[in-house]
Amino acid sequence: MTAPAPAEVLRIEGLTVSLKATGQPTVADLSLAVRAGETLCVVGESGSGKSVTSLAVMGLLDPAALAVTAGRITVDGEDVLAASPEQLRRMRATRMSMVFQEPMTALNPVETVGAQVEEVLKVHGIGDAAARRRQVLEMFASVHLPNPERIHASYPHQLSGGQRQRIVISMALILRPKLLIADEPTTALDVTTQRQILLLIRELQERFGTAVLFITHDFGVVSEIADRIVVMNRGRMVEIGSRDDVLARPSQSYTRMLVASVPSLVPPERAPGGGSEVLTVAGLAKSYGQTRGLGGILRRKAGVAALHPTDMRLARGEILGIVGESGSGKTTLARCIMRLVPPSSGSIRLDGTEIAGLSNAALRPHRRRLQIVFQDPFRSLNARMRVRDLIAEGPLNFGVSREAAYARAGELLERVGLSREMLGRFPHQFSGGQRQRIAIARALALEPDVLVADESVSALDVSVQSQVLALLRGICDESGVGILFITHDLRVAAQICDRIAVMRRGEVVETGTAAAVLAAPTHPYTRELIAAAPGRGWNFAEFRAEPQAAAL
Amino acid sequence: MSALTTTGSPPHHGGRRFLPRGHGLSACAALVLLVIGLSALIGPLVIAADPLHIDPVNRLKLPSAAFWFGTDAMGRDVFARVVYGARTSLLVGLASAALSLVLGTLIGLLAGYFRLLDGVVMRVMDGIMAIPSIVLAVALVAVTGANLGTVLLAIVLPDFPRVVRLVRGVILGLRQEAYVEAAISLATPTWRILLRHMLPNTLAPLIVQGSFLVASAVLTEAVLSFLGVGLPPEVPSWGNVIAEGRTYFQIRPGLIFFPGLFLALTVLSINLIGDALRDALDPKLATRR
Amino acid sequence: MLGYLARRVAMTLPVMGVVALIVFALLHLAPGDPASIMAGDAASPAELAEIRARLGLDAPLAVQFVTWLGQILQGNLGLSLHSHKPVAEMIGSRLGPTLSLAVATVTVSLLVAIPMGVYAAWRRGRLSDRLVMAVAVLGFSTPVFVVGYGLIYLLSLKAGWFPVQGFTALTIDPIRFLRTATLPTLTLSTVYIALVARITRSSVLEVLGEDFVRTARAKGVPEARIVLRHALRNAAVPIVTVVGSGAAFLIGGVVVTESVFNIPGLGRLVVESVLARDYPLIQSLILLLSLVYILINLAVDVLYTVFDPRIRY
Repeated sequence: MTAPAPAEVLRIEGLTVSLKATGQPTVADLSLAVRAGETLCVVGESGSGKSVTSLAVMGLLDPAALAVTAGRITVDGEDVLAASPEQLRRMRATRMSMVFQEPMTALNPVETVGAQVEEVLKVHGIGDAAARRRQVLEMFASVHLPNPERIHASYPHQLSGGQRQRIVISMALILRPKLLIADEPTTALDVTTQRQILLLIRELQERFGTAVLFITHDFGVVSEIADRIVVMNRGRMVEIGSRDDVLARPSQSYTRMLVASVPSLVPPERAPGGGSEVLTVAGLAKSYGQTRGLGGILRRKAGVAALHPTDMRLARGEILGIVGESGSGKTTLARCIMRLVPPSSGSIRLDGTEIAGLSNAALRPHRRRLQIVFQDPFRSLNARMRVRDLIAEGPLNFGVSREAAYARAGELLERVGLSREMLGRFPHQFSGGQRQRIAIARALALEPDVLVADESVSALDVSVQSQVLALLRGICDESGVGILFITHDLRVAAQICDRIAVMRRGEVVETGTAAAVLAAPTHPYTRELIAAAPGRGWNFAEFRAEPQAAAL
Repeated sequence: MSALTTTGSPPHHGGRRFLPRGHGLSACAALVLLVIGLSALIGPLVIAADPLHIDPVNRLKLPSAAFWFGTDAMGRDVFARVVYGARTSLLVGLASAALSLVLGTLIGLLAGYFRLLDGVVMRVMDGIMAIPSIVLAVALVAVTGANLGTVLLAIVLPDFPRVVRLVRGVILGLRQEAYVEAAISLATPTWRILLRHMLPNTLAPLIVQGSFLVASAVLTEAVLSFLGVGLPPEVPSWGNVIAEGRTYFQIRPGLIFFPGLFLALTVLSINLIGDALRDALDPKLATRR
Repeated sequence: MLGYLARRVAMTLPVMGVVALIVFALLHLAPGDPASIMAGDAASPAELAEIRARLGLDAPLAVQFVTWLGQILQGNLGLSLHSHKPVAEMIGSRLGPTLSLAVATVTVSLLVAIPMGVYAAWRRGRLSDRLVMAVAVLGFSTPVFVVGYGLIYLLSLKAGWFPVQGFTALTIDPIRFLRTATLPTLTLSTVYIALVARITRSSVLEVLGEDFVRTARAKGVPEARIVLRHALRNAAVPIVTVVGSGAAFLIGGVVVTESVFNIPGLGRLVVESVLARDYPLIQSLILLLSLVYILINLAVDVLYTVFDPRIRY
């Protein structure tokens, strides 16, 4: 930073955004600045106010719910908060633009993507139809979309998630705005796609000299792209500084805690444990037919194989990670084993009992030994039931008396780190992490032999995530339950699993101990996955850069 | 917008948003309905006039102190007939809506949960719904002969498939919900999953649907009577009063407009309350403004 | 596209079958023997036996159903019990007025209701929105015959602009057609307008809450263009759906309206046949009106693919 500092593109001073209903601030007294060509990462957990900040800069706050009550926002010297709606509209896409998290829903489903990008030019009065088309095709080439002509005429649903995000990025950058706000732009994407999108943003930023305000919760991503970092918590700025300052020498304990919570890609030393085999899966396969009702007579297509014949073994006291991107078949595998969907073929032996072919009625007694914890703790608990009834439901189904089941529910609640007093509450009175603990307690109430954790920590903030991981590991070591841990996140898998199976397109491509798979992967896809995991250049637990792996 | 969902308490989409809009209107509607309901309930006990009393001397009188709404072609007091008619109309409306709800919920629950049943049941429901409801109702009453039971049947048969479809839709959606799958994993018996985990979620849409069913049933009863296939002519129902007024409409429009006004006011009030209920109970629509 | 159409047509077959079954059952639902119902109270045993034989009432129900259905499918709808004319002929002579009324109503309704709904959605929460929606609820709640008599009272009896009752076909005298068809069309349109305006408003509002609308705002699209171009097009599917299912209200409304205005159409024929207990006529009318309703909704399904590129079965 010896050259004269580039101009400030975005300047936020004392910004306070409040809920209209209560007057309670969701962002309080925030000040920051982003210079041309610079990437400022805003990091925080859910509820930190990072998304509200980005919407405020765009002038896109929901006027019915939120209002800026204090502060100033200037973009390229122009005051955003004082601008009229028409001025604001003209500033969007020309001075500042935004890329959103969900490429699936960010595009109009009934218009071609070409028309949607051209619309940016049209509403800002640029060029005639032919010129606009040409410019859009050039932009599609710049974001490395293959065959721009064909893409131009495609509808969003015909494109992949990564392609859609490239469309949104071309839309945002086609008018060369000074400021790009990227709100969790890669969170909904697979890691390999995420890497490509991050590279693309970096490339375009360098080409156009764009200032980037990058909102994320992922420290891995932050360590790779940030020039400077802002840490936010509950609407307030905790800390601001250069990447190395914040990641290596955090001045605040909150930042320290966050950074230290990032799971390491290096598995901890673990004694090779594991008892007798409790779950044996052999040749398990699932294909989805495309028949439907009476119309099915006319439209019976060949089934789509979601899971090719798969073998798998799980021992008592062992955590087996199933790692894969979306569409890898990992969730289908879990649901087949749980018999939530009937497998097409193959065998599932649960402690010697074959359950793959059992009827629902015959299966019922065996359900006790096989339990599941789902991904979304907001949907997996019946909102109308009290915690004690949620946890006691399983035991009651197996004839345990109500008093005994409630007493056990109290014990379990304490085991998962909550208090017995909470038994009478409803799920909505708990945070996401607490709800996931309740879901774990509910699964444990039946003292299962096998626990399936389907992306069970993916919806949680990083600090909560590490606590829940520790809880699961502790339960496994203590009770000897075998855990099948489904995840897309290599870091999480590295932290908790004894063994890891990597899946791709419905097949297991590699299985081995966590250390072996992560340190010496044999399959090229595993290597690709590991290479794409963001933040390999940083050792978060020890607050230092990791020299051996190159950054992006 | 994750910040917004975590700061708030449970998804009670607090009154603030929908209260100002139309709140006064739905309060008025409730009041109107209360008055009409009360007059249906106690009116016949209070007013002296007999709705069936034929008085050839006082035929087709204009409204006066003695006959508030005038008299009809047989000299009967129209006011008394309208008040007694409220009884019939509301009774038919409430009873048929209740029947549709019970029948529809039961079938909808089963069709939504058991796939084998679903195909057959929904084809039958599609078939019933394909027959325009007024036509079906008219034909049913005509064939079976008009009395309270057949009129109810004629209203319920075309209406209850809508409830089936509603409940089935909710249940189908819930089948994929993680908490229902969790209950399956806990070996919870099917009947318990249906009653404890699924049925409560149908309550809010059913209440809303129920209010619209009452409104449509009141209307259908009136239409049946108006077309001459409803309750027997001597029963004072709004539709019958209107039907009898048709002949003398050009000289005494009040014979149609007085009962018509009450009919319209009742249906309007029920619909307004239904709208308010939907705004209050369906957060998806309530937030959209 | 053709395959989709073929599948959709095939899917209506079981529905038609159920309709036929219900229509068939209707006659057997009546208390007593169908033959005596048809023959009337004064029939002699010989007449009863003759009707029995003619209708094949001695055969098992399933056989009767198949025979009856076969006749219908061959276009043989039977003879009216009263006029003894062929049912098909009677229906044919009544088609014109109903058809012209229905077409006029749908046209008027869509032209009024969609702009109304879009406008209300655009002005959401404001006085104009509430006013438009209040009118819609009012239209939806006022019984068709009250609307009809109200219009007659105001515009015919008081103002004298239109004839009180009657109907002149478009082909006979276009001017008189306009004079006689205006009030019935307005009457029939109230419910339809209310229905379509409400669904237009709520679907447009729902789309306005979607993520891609935020994207459009973020790229500087003016609000009017967002509502008309992005929201309305995406709201088309639910709107078209209601236009289709609203056809049931339209058919019901026709029955009432034709009675109020004394129009010799299908709706009046329904009432006449019912009051006369003319069973072959009743059955044919129900089948016909249901078929029309099913075909309208078939057309709606095909329209989906025009409005939403994701729907390509």
